[in-house]
Amino acid sequence: MLEFSLSDEQRAIQQVAHEFAEKEIRPLAAEYDETEHFPEEFVEKAFRAGLTYPYVPEEYGGQGMDFLTACIVGEELAWGCCGFATILNANNLGSTPILIAGTEEQKREWFGLLTSRPTLAAMALTEPGAGSDAGSVQSTAVRDGDHYVLNGTKCFISNGGLADVTTVFASTDRSKGTRGLSCFIVPKGEGISPGKKEKKMGVRASATYEVILDNCRVPAENLLGEEGQGFKIAMQTLDKARVSVGSASVGIARAAMEAAIEYAKQRVQFGRPVAEFQAVQFMLADMAIEIEAARLMYMKAAWLETQGLPFTKEAAMCKTFCSDVAMRVTTDVVQVFGGYGYMREYPVEKYMRDAKINQIWDGTNQIQRMVIGRIITS
Amino acid sequence: MDFELSPEQKAWFKEVKEFAAKEIAPYTEEYDRESKFYWEGWKKIAALGLIGLPFPEEYGGSGASALDTAIAHDAFGAGGGDAGLALSWGASGIIGAVPIWMMGTEEQKKKYLPGICSGELISCFGLTEPDAGSDAASVQTTAVRKGDEYILNGTKMFITNGPIADLSVVIAVTDKEKGANGGISAFIVEKDFEGFAVGKHLDKMGNRTSPTSELIFSDCRVPAENLLGQEGYGFYQVAKATLEWERAIMVAPAVGGMEANIERCIQYAKERKQFGQPIARFQAVAFKLAEMKCLLDTSRLLVYRVAWMKDQGMEAMMEASVCKLWVTESAFKVACEAVQIFGGYGYTREYPVERTLRDTKLGLIGGGTSEIQRMIISRMLLGKF
Repeated sequence: MLEFSLSDEQRAIQQVAHEFAEKEIRPLAAEYDETEHFPEEFVEKAFRAGLTYPYVPEEYGGQGMDFLTACIVGEELAWGCCGFATILNANNLGSTPILIAGTEEQKREWFGLLTSRPTLAAMALTEPGAGSDAGSVQSTAVRDGDHYVLNGTKCFISNGGLADVTTVFASTDRSKGTRGLSCFIVPKGEGISPGKKEKKMGVRASATYEVILDNCRVPAENLLGEEGQGFKIAMQTLDKARVSVGSASVGIARAAMEAAIEYAKQRVQFGRPVAEFQAVQFMLADMAIEIEAARLMYMKAAWLETQGLPFTKEAAMCKTFCSDVAMRVTTDVVQVFGGYGYMREYPVEKYMRDAKINQIWDGTNQIQRMVIGRIITS
Repeated sequence: MDFELSPEQKAWFKEVKEFAAKEIAPYTEEYDRESKFYWEGWKKIAALGLIGLPFPEEYGGSGASALDTAIAHDAFGAGGGDAGLALSWGASGIIGAVPIWMMGTEEQKKKYLPGICSGELISCFGLTEPDAGSDAASVQTTAVRKGDEYILNGTKMFITNGPIADLSVVIAVTDKEKGANGGISAFIVEKDFEGFAVGKHLDKMGNRTSPTSELIFSDCRVPAENLLGQEGYGFYQVAKATLEWERAIMVAPAVGGMEANIERCIQYAKERKQFGQPIARFQAVAFKLAEMKCLLDTSRLLVYRVAWMKDQGMEAMMEASVCKLWVTESAFKVACEAVQIFGGYGYTREYPVERTLRDTKLGLIGGGTSEIQRMIISRMLLGKF
């Protein structure tokens, strides 16, 4: 049986997220894009609005949404500004390993900390030499009595260095490659610190840092799962993250398309609104087609997750398709706006800059195609 | 047919490419970030004689062919030369100067061209208005003859070099009833003329080293001798004289820009190791490079063809539109792929590929959007029916 309507509850949460994006994100988006500052108060506002840690169960202090509903919320937040949405998405990314692999005790302890007040979380996997090839992580974790000692440098970490809790992937056995990777819960404190802050093309409200692990001592009970399970935990986390990227991409594309429709109806050239020219109208039609398809795709992938069904392939497909759509749509929206679209005074050039990262992070779209290709040819 | 550049032309390309790589490229990141015009770089390109290339020697130029001029713009981009500076160079030396060269009186040419060629004067071209973008013929700025002056009123929008220009070639309506059929004229307006002002400085996505602003005319008094070309026909004459130059020569830096991006990607793809081997070994990456090279070669041929046609005295309106559309869209595609090949590093502002993505997008908008080029090409193909 197919069912395409949202439940009353989902619609209500969608509305809350939409209004939050409209009132608390949009008015600040241009300023934080320009200054590249981190919007400190935003996290507190999102916390008060009940939008942080959306799919963490209520028993651990989260919002208790199913994953599909959380993605719907994510679309609305990115509709407001993908940079702001990234701050909360990085919280999800950083805390999901605990949800996936944590013991009852670990979940209670760490979500207790994360959900009791406005907090940040981060996931630290990528390294200068380990981007798409996550298996070649160089950071090490060496057992020392009832502690592990972590060393290494992580890069391109959203919320990195600022986070109250970071899930860090490091090798406990270099000879085993991906099977030697382990995941650790690392609270803010001694041994973990932010390196340089990256200057980025887009999503500039989100802070991206290097994370430096310098003889960082974490208690052995902070190991998630067992030694050697890190890669599996990372991949399961990324499956979810990829669907979130899909929903965020749809949010950006939708915001951009709405702006283009408004503009095309008002802008008069050759004696009529440019919306009446086929070259423009068909561009808008293509945007609407692609956004519709993209939304169905992320919703399907998220729905599979809620049913407990495998969704690795669908997550990769959704991430690739939705982010490619966002890039095409936002590029065309700048085109519809013409000279005005190229100016920073209008929001649309920012949409284009923000869209681009979605083709890169959480596994480049090339890696997604590799994942999909391998699954369908195995 | 002959597709080989002469030894002199090859040496010329190499010289300009090396100049851009050494003297210009190292400064672009900083000036882009702060959205500043690189005056030192401007003086250097002027000193090398680049700005005056196509103009006759008697007006301070070098009398170079259109092809040699195109080669210089191309080579500048190939050396990683700043796209914003190249844009300002084209705005002053092509669209701000070719109309004076082609249509100006002897006095006008003597007065303005030597300064433009030497870089001491910066020119610009004022056509676009807030409500006249693609629909260029619907300009609202007016010029009314009063004794031996014209009084100009109106606002020009998105004017490259606006904030730094000493003079501008301005399009204004002299007879509203006649409109595009004998009612739109061209003027040379100096920055010190009474009633002229530079409007707000516009903050752009890319080409940030090239300043852009509004030009505001409030009862601006322009001496009658600064009328450029025939009254009522200036717009038509300027378009005829300049568009082919604009659509081929001004996009030539984007051709070189593709070459620079491809070189960056080749180097990166060979060095960057993932899954135990250089990513250049993966077809997904290697084939992107092949695609980028096809876009580069076709683009370069289209630019050189229009330049060659200009040198033969041929009309090249269709070829110029084909060239402008193909080159700018190719350059943008190449830049997008370059960012993708560089991955996370490509998204940071530390590497130049990020800037090229922002810079190349302008090509699809300025100087007649891609849509306008498609309109021109399709109309010429279809003719009257």
